[in-house]
Amino acid sequence: MTDLNKNTNRIPVLPSKTKKTTTLVFAVVLLLYTMSVIQTEAYPHQIITNIPIVVDFFIDDMLPPNPSYFADSFFALLETWNIALLSTTLSALFCLPIAFVAAGNINRNWALYHTTRFSLNVLRTIPDIIWAVLFVAFVGLGALSGVLALFFFSLGIIVKLVSETIEAIDPGPQEAIRAAGGNLLQVIWFGAIPQILPQFASYTLYVLEINVRASIVLGFVGAGGIGQLLERQISVFNYGNISMVILVTFVAVTIIDTVSTSIRKRLV
Amino acid sequence: MITFDNVSLTYPNGHQGLKNINLEIPKGEFVVVVGLSGAGKSTLIRSINQMVRPTEGRLLIEEEDSLAMNTKNLRLLRRDIGMIFQNYNLVKRSSVLRNVLSGRLGYTSTLKSILNLFSKEDLQYAMECLDRVGIQDKAYQRADTLSGGQQQRVSIARALSQKPKAILADEPVASLDPPTAHAVMQDLQQINKEDQITMVINLHAIDLSMEYADRIIGLRDGEMVFDGKASEVTEQTFEDIYGRAIKEDDLIGEAESE
Amino acid sequence: MANQSKQYNLKNPKGKTYWLKFSVICAILVILYTVAFLFTDLTYRGSGASTGEMIRRMFFDPFFDPVHRENIPENIGYMFETLAIAFAGTLVGAILGIPVGFLAAQNVTGSFSFFGKSILNAIRAFPEIMFAIIFVAAVGFGPYAGVLAISINSIGMLGKLYSEVVESIDMEIVQTLKMTGANKIQVLWYGILPQVIPEFSSYALYRFEIDVRASSILGLVGAGGIGAPLILASQQRNWEEVGVILMIVIVTVTIIDLISTNIRKRIV
Repeated sequence: MTDLNKNTNRIPVLPSKTKKTTTLVFAVVLLLYTMSVIQTEAYPHQIITNIPIVVDFFIDDMLPPNPSYFADSFFALLETWNIALLSTTLSALFCLPIAFVAAGNINRNWALYHTTRFSLNVLRTIPDIIWAVLFVAFVGLGALSGVLALFFFSLGIIVKLVSETIEAIDPGPQEAIRAAGGNLLQVIWFGAIPQILPQFASYTLYVLEINVRASIVLGFVGAGGIGQLLERQISVFNYGNISMVILVTFVAVTIIDTVSTSIRKRLV
Repeated sequence: MITFDNVSLTYPNGHQGLKNINLEIPKGEFVVVVGLSGAGKSTLIRSINQMVRPTEGRLLIEEEDSLAMNTKNLRLLRRDIGMIFQNYNLVKRSSVLRNVLSGRLGYTSTLKSILNLFSKEDLQYAMECLDRVGIQDKAYQRADTLSGGQQQRVSIARALSQKPKAILADEPVASLDPPTAHAVMQDLQQINKEDQITMVINLHAIDLSMEYADRIIGLRDGEMVFDGKASEVTEQTFEDIYGRAIKEDDLIGEAESE
Repeated sequence: MANQSKQYNLKNPKGKTYWLKFSVICAILVILYTVAFLFTDLTYRGSGASTGEMIRRMFFDPFFDPVHRENIPENIGYMFETLAIAFAGTLVGAILGIPVGFLAAQNVTGSFSFFGKSILNAIRAFPEIMFAIIFVAAVGFGPYAGVLAISINSIGMLGKLYSEVVESIDMEIVQTLKMTGANKIQVLWYGILPQVIPEFSSYALYRFEIDVRASSILGLVGAGGIGAPLILASQQRNWEEVGVILMIVIVTVTIIDLISTNIRKRIV
């Protein structure tokens, strides 16, 4: 115990106020958790006792994946990938002009700056699935609604990241170009863009990773891609096919993530 | 010819950067502005190309009041005035040549510049400017691979590529070691003599000011407290301008080599 | 001295490799986009109803229609279930993520950390909807499966973030403690935990924000929450009902984000 006492002398002992707050936080978290558990019936002991059930199910029903379903899964996944690629491209294209409006060091117009920021926050609040439902309602079933949904979904994310990069750039080059008689576009194009290009490319890839994941869900509401396949197979309880779809998706997501991450590492 | 006619500048926070400046800078003169930091040196220089905007008085450039200019004429005015900064203000990730070419932006239409369509003459001229400051061989290197002295030469080349009538330099050698500082000052002096380009330069090093200037202007608290030929200036003058005794920090030292 | 007639060699010595790289990247992009446009059916299949009319049906009409107004409390109930799933799932994930995070931290487990990192990477390559499908199939429909899916996915992300926090801690304090003769548990309790708890809780809160969004889609595969009525209503083209649910989700997510961001600001 003497050792322990020595240790407590080295580290500042918590003041009583902090202790009270900590207890309060614990109590609140515990209370919320109890309420959640009652609501969801996910009792902690069940999580442990259910592990064997999940494992058994996985081995008995999910394995092996149905190889004859590979082609169907592959082409559905290709559509998912295409939706992700096209929507990411769209949001990257629209990102640059908007990001400059959303950057406080470029856009000095207080009202415009805050309106843009606020709209972007609203965009980011809305979950991907809601965008998908909305666009299925607006443009009908199919990949088009998926592309538009993910475009709006990812626009908020990428503009936020890029505008923060813009706010952190060195103002020197822009000053120099302004002093040399450049107009606003030239100041941005020569003074700011070269500085943010690597981060911009990196964030685009990051958003592509996010969109690939998000696009898997889209099909459940009819917005195209592999989700449609999954939904159909789930409704007929064909677990061999389902596990093929999951396997193909897992491999594809892993490949896309690995490639994207290694490119991003080289960029920045 | 640059004429300050009773120019004052008050910043939005109420700080008075310049107080009733009256000053005439004839073409081809090598003017050094001295003063303690915060005395308004930067404000004075930046007023000339309106990187900061004076709030009172008239600022005549070639007989025309620059404070009354519209945006387009202001850009044309800036095109004719090169500027050099303490931190070089280069786009570090871009090539040296592209940095120099950005001095040609005022002569290039927006569309052409965004598509990178600089004319062959512009490219040749940018190379020539690099050649004048002796780093033509670095044209295709990334700017951040160069040493501080070389980077400052790139920014001199950028200013030169504007074919300016005047060059403003805001503490151009403050980040450089003494031999490099002297070399850069010599470059500026040579350009001033050969091309008859007016130089207005902020310096805080007393010995550099006395060595290179034709004329020295002293500022304190936004007021012009001295204006005279460099040959008439003594260390006593600086003590008067600074309002304190000269310290070792105020000197940069001799050029050892070069 | 400037020589007006001198001609400069304007050839970039590194131009060749630059153009080679450029062409390769362009070729890859051309292939990707050709595939994207060839294999994706981007035709408009809307009902012909204008977007404005859709928006009116979704976001205005429900307030004036007693049938849909009646359903509002029930849908709010579903939202609470969603929140409960998210909370229980995040908490379980936040706690179970700690041992995994330490396992994956290089400065704790050395080269063995590769093992932990691989587990975390594998988990993160599975979108939560896939876990939800598996758990629903294994333990049946209902929010319980949702909690399991959310917690395992949270382990994947939080474990990675935790391990990065642990890898960045100040090892000097740990060394000092070791020198005073503290055993491993004491080092953990006094040397490491105080350093990581603020970041851990901040990340857990951040993950809660994500999980609220994620929980709203679980219902698509029968794992509880507001996703179930949402997909039902959208399949029935009951746009008024869809609108009510969307508004509930957006308002809830906004409130949760605001609260969570505020707490996170205070923690770090």
